[in-house]
Amino acid sequence: MNNPAKRYFPIFVMPTLIAFLIAFAVPFALGLFLSFTEFRTVSDAEFVGLQNYIRAFTDDTDFLSSLWFTVKFAVMSVISINVFAFLLALMLTRTVPGTKFFRTVFFMPNLIGGIVLGYIWQVIINGVLYRFGYSITSNSVFGYWGLIVLMNWQMIGYMMIIYIAGIQNIPTDIMEAARVDGAGSLTTLFRITIPSVMPSITICLFLTITNSFKLFDQNLALTAGAPGKRTQMVALDIYNTFYSRTGYEGVGQAKAVVFFLIVAVIALAQLRFTRSKEVES
Amino acid sequence: MKRKLLSIFTALICVLSCLSLAGCGKKNKSQVYFLNFKPESASVYEELAKKYKEETGVTVKVVTAAANNYEQTLKSEIAKSDAPTIFQVNGPVGYAAWDDYCLDIKDSKLYSYLTDKSLAITEDGGVYAIPYVVEGYGIIYNDAIMKKYFALGNKKSKLTSADEIDSFDKLKTVVEDMTAHAKELGIKGVFASTSLSSGEDWRWQTHLLNVPLYYEMSEMGEELDPSLSLLDAKEISYKYSKNFENLFDLYINNSVTAKTLLGSKSVADSMAEFATGQAAMVQNGNWAWSQISGVDGNVVKENDIKMLPLYTGVEGEKGQGICIGTENYFAINKNADEEQQKASLAFLEWLFSSETGKRYVTEKLNFITPFSTFTEDELPNDPLAKEISRYMKDDSIKNIPWTFTAFPSDTYKKEVGSALLDYVQGDKKWEYVRKTIKDTWKSERD
Repeated sequence: MNNPAKRYFPIFVMPTLIAFLIAFAVPFALGLFLSFTEFRTVSDAEFVGLQNYIRAFTDDTDFLSSLWFTVKFAVMSVISINVFAFLLALMLTRTVPGTKFFRTVFFMPNLIGGIVLGYIWQVIINGVLYRFGYSITSNSVFGYWGLIVLMNWQMIGYMMIIYIAGIQNIPTDIMEAARVDGAGSLTTLFRITIPSVMPSITICLFLTITNSFKLFDQNLALTAGAPGKRTQMVALDIYNTFYSRTGYEGVGQAKAVVFFLIVAVIALAQLRFTRSKEVES
Repeated sequence: MKRKLLSIFTALICVLSCLSLAGCGKKNKSQVYFLNFKPESASVYEELAKKYKEETGVTVKVVTAAANNYEQTLKSEIAKSDAPTIFQVNGPVGYAAWDDYCLDIKDSKLYSYLTDKSLAITEDGGVYAIPYVVEGYGIIYNDAIMKKYFALGNKKSKLTSADEIDSFDKLKTVVEDMTAHAKELGIKGVFASTSLSSGEDWRWQTHLLNVPLYYEMSEMGEELDPSLSLLDAKEISYKYSKNFENLFDLYINNSVTAKTLLGSKSVADSMAEFATGQAAMVQNGNWAWSQISGVDGNVVKENDIKMLPLYTGVEGEKGQGICIGTENYFAINKNADEEQQKASLAFLEWLFSSETGKRYVTEKLNFITPFSTFTEDELPNDPLAKEISRYMKDDSIKNIPWTFTAFPSDTYKKEVGSALLDYVQGDKKWEYVRKTIKDTWKSERD
């Protein structure tokens, strides 16, 4: 009992633990349970076994097609966000005047909520497309690239900050040693900078992958799946299954569980892979 | 030891405060909790709740769901311990989803007020939901622009005024000729934008689709209530597809907006186009009055606003009226305490029979109600409501009931809406729309 960690456990950990239980663990367990039941409101569930999971894939192809769209979106946006964020971080860690100002500017879009961003970009994109007689729903290609531009605009600043922190942490003696050894800027970048910021890359990849998969508000505000559900991502499909069809609440829940498993597997695999590349400096 | 006690004590306080916060809801269960469907009337209901509190001392809690979010809100609210005591179902299909929660209100005074008892939703002799407002929709037109057209020297149509239009062919001739004279008439297009952005397409996938399906159903059971036979229909033949296409094509080909841009337009956009005089016609119902009168730069005069039926070229459509019906039904929560149920009914009865309540209903909510407690002259005063009652009173006209309350699901309407968008943008042919309307019906009904 003399162990302070144990003694103060109730004060310091209990409140968080309770909040975690109420806001995360209980809803999660409840959601898992509901995916095996048929229900209208969460209080009148009836056990039906695996039926919801079967229906999620067989009743229509919405789930699979939105999953495919999500994958296409995630690949493109993860690559572009990280490349641009890293380039910006490289530029803004040089000793040039105004870097602080630009860091703030690039970070700002991240402070705006997804729904608002979605509507802002809808207006901007439509404004451009109108000149050519189109709107964002004319073709799913517009929606796809619109979402990627939007996601880039929002996430680049945040990832940039993480990369900047990583770059600034690289010990200057390594850099100097490299310069003395005659390494060019490209060699320094690939042999020193990138391996040294591997921890930042791990976290940035994790954040962008999970955020791209879970994207909902931006999708809802920008296209809401139009035209013809061809720009509908998984989160939106789950929402529509759950709310706009009577008798499909359980199916929506089952889709959500499947979706959780997919995202968890991908994210964990990525963490494992990039962790293994991290080096001690 | 003392310290340990202290820390446990602090933790306990934390836990207790959490629990007491969560427990609050139970102690202050509201007597009447009304979950409102109409965002446009939210402030009026709050005023009403205040008035009711003054008169009777009963607290009425009013919560309004955001537009298009009623089902979501109801789903989560009704699972709470402080659940809505009065909620709304949108017709027989809505009732089927919520039947476990609807109280039998056969013996209530509210039901006895109902002039046409067949309007209520009944099952096995019980009455579970009561409509509270009658609405109508058609093609709203601006008579000032129509008069200008009929005064033109070189017009093609032989008609002399808009109320002589009594068939699709006549409507088509007039509309297409108006498009040809758009400049002289000072309009950008005859019809306001056919709004097809997500959540804004209900005027077509629900309201316009009502007309062809009504004709199909009225042939199936002669004396049957069309919405009831539609409710049982596992499949539809959708034989009047061509008629839907007729009017829909007329809308999009003579529109203020180019076809490819319709996917970004909202209902508010098209009402604004109508109100500012850019368009001469728009399909909508009497609830849209506030959207017309509330637009900045409104140039439409009140007594120029008239309504035409939705003519689609069905044989013998002469004498067809506008579409009149309701999708707003009150239901009382079966799982509420008896006391709450009584208080809720009392509130509704007060709303539709007391002097104060009735004044609010006609003047502020602008409802045409189906209740006998309202006299002939206790009707809302706006031009569209007047048009509705004109059509309702005219015995030579056969108005079309709202059969869309029997459409299988929300998803059905959404699928139809996105098929229409694909058609408008040229990605798909009309045949695709026809197939979607017919096939999705079957798959959604199962």
